[in-house]
Amino acid sequence: MQIYLPIAEMSVNIFLILGMGGMVGVLSGLFGVGGGFLMTPLLIFIGIPPAVSVATEANQIVASSVSGVLAHWRRASVDFKMGMVLLVGGVAGSTFGVWLFTILRGMGQIDLVIKISYVAFLGIIGGLMFIESARAMVRSKRKTPAKRHHHTWMHGLPFKMRFRRSRLYVSALLPLAIGVVVGVLAAIMGVGGGFVMVPAMIYILGMPTAVVVGTSLFQIIFVTANVTVLQAVNNQTVDILLAMLLMIGGVIGAQIGARAGAKLKSEQLRILLALMVIGVCAKLAYDLVSMPQDLFSLGGLAAH
Amino acid sequence: MGVLRTCLAVFMVLAAASQASAKELVVDLSKSVVAITTSFSGSELLLFGATEGKGDVIVVVRGPLRNEIIRRKEKIAGIWVNQEEMVFEQVPSFYAVASNRPMDEFLSSKIRSTYQIGIDYLDLNLSEEYRAASGAENFRRALIRNKQKQGLYGRKPGDVIFLGNRLFRSQLIFPANVAVGSYGVDVFLVRDGAVTSVETTLLTVRKFGFEASVFNFAHRNSLAYGIFAVLIAAFAGWLAGAIFRKA
Repeated sequence: MQIYLPIAEMSVNIFLILGMGGMVGVLSGLFGVGGGFLMTPLLIFIGIPPAVSVATEANQIVASSVSGVLAHWRRASVDFKMGMVLLVGGVAGSTFGVWLFTILRGMGQIDLVIKISYVAFLGIIGGLMFIESARAMVRSKRKTPAKRHHHTWMHGLPFKMRFRRSRLYVSALLPLAIGVVVGVLAAIMGVGGGFVMVPAMIYILGMPTAVVVGTSLFQIIFVTANVTVLQAVNNQTVDILLAMLLMIGGVIGAQIGARAGAKLKSEQLRILLALMVIGVCAKLAYDLVSMPQDLFSLGGLAAH
Repeated sequence: MGVLRTCLAVFMVLAAASQASAKELVVDLSKSVVAITTSFSGSELLLFGATEGKGDVIVVVRGPLRNEIIRRKEKIAGIWVNQEEMVFEQVPSFYAVASNRPMDEFLSSKIRSTYQIGIDYLDLNLSEEYRAASGAENFRRALIRNKQKQGLYGRKPGDVIFLGNRLFRSQLIFPANVAVGSYGVDVFLVRDGAVTSVETTLLTVRKFGFEASVFNFAHRNSLAYGIFAVLIAAFAGWLAGAIFRKA
């Protein structure tokens, strides 16, 4: 069944969109990532203009994150205090990011910048996570508990705050800075930023994995809401109909994912996420270096 | 119903043709508006008409004009990067041509380029700053190739079918990605290698109903639209959460 999207100005198969929403929704609930790093390239791949894909995906992540947070809230696995600090940084970062996006677009290189950012971030994070979680799995088999808190220069920073739920006493500057970086990436790459934030919270802040997922979803809601409104105002590229179709599949998938996630061990979760991230990274890197089918392309953002 | 209406319209064209005997060519479309609604997945239109006496008929459909930018990728440090770009001004966003027999058989290329009949004869003008640049022909071909890939420029000419000596019809096909705006349908009557008559009919592609409302909302009141989109998303997420808790 075909349906015409009013902003993307094209006709798509309704079941394809619902299915994509559902599949990415499962991952979203499972890993606490918005799923945008998979959905945005998928949308572009099926022919949705990149500008519309980025903006609409931000809108959809709002929905999947809300339902994901509700599921985690009931298990008391959201650190709201940490979330608020991350959020302040995130809103500032994403506002700056949309501004940067507009400038890069004017230079005609936004597409390349997006892809290189993807390859760089997914490659580094996927690699680190894979190594780390593989080690953790080996350790848990030997039954020697891992030491969670390593003391570094970061623990000497001022403005220390106590985060009870995360059982942490760290400088507020750390989560604030993570929030800013993730906000910029969220706007430029059209993602929620969970795939950067989740590892940052685990490896930089030292938060327990169980709290990380719910807290990152909480922060993502507001950062993507900010990006949605800014994109709607600046570029008129938010397609409500497309977003709603993705949401229907996405919210259901997120529920399934959150339940499955509660039953899996965190090391298994992390190694699965690492493999997924490496997979997407490899595909994007291959596209950058392999000879394109047509060296010439039409239009501003549409490089496909 | 559609068939009946078409028959009636054909009859009226015939009647008009016999009355206005001075007119060599009479043309009409089965509808003058292509409505983009939620279920829109492209549209087909029937063009029909009558000629006074013998002759060959060519139909050319042209979409609204717009500037198109074409970029060429080059390999830099192992990565394919957009480098050179050229802008073509006032290019038809849609172009299709149909005739009753191969055009080479009855029309010289000089006349075809005069009237811009056929993709190879289309005027695609570079904007001023790029006119001095070399390699424009590659960009021109790339523009056509990319447009064809999107289904917006016909790959091969369509058919004009004669029913008897005077009546003819042709099917106009619009893909789902057609641009909104005003389309010109030119019908040429060719005799002895010369265009003896041209009839132009206008056609409008427009969004209707839900599609038009959403588009206008997004463009005229974009801040409210953005906030509305966020609220809908938040509500959808909450609703799903509430439903799943009870289940």
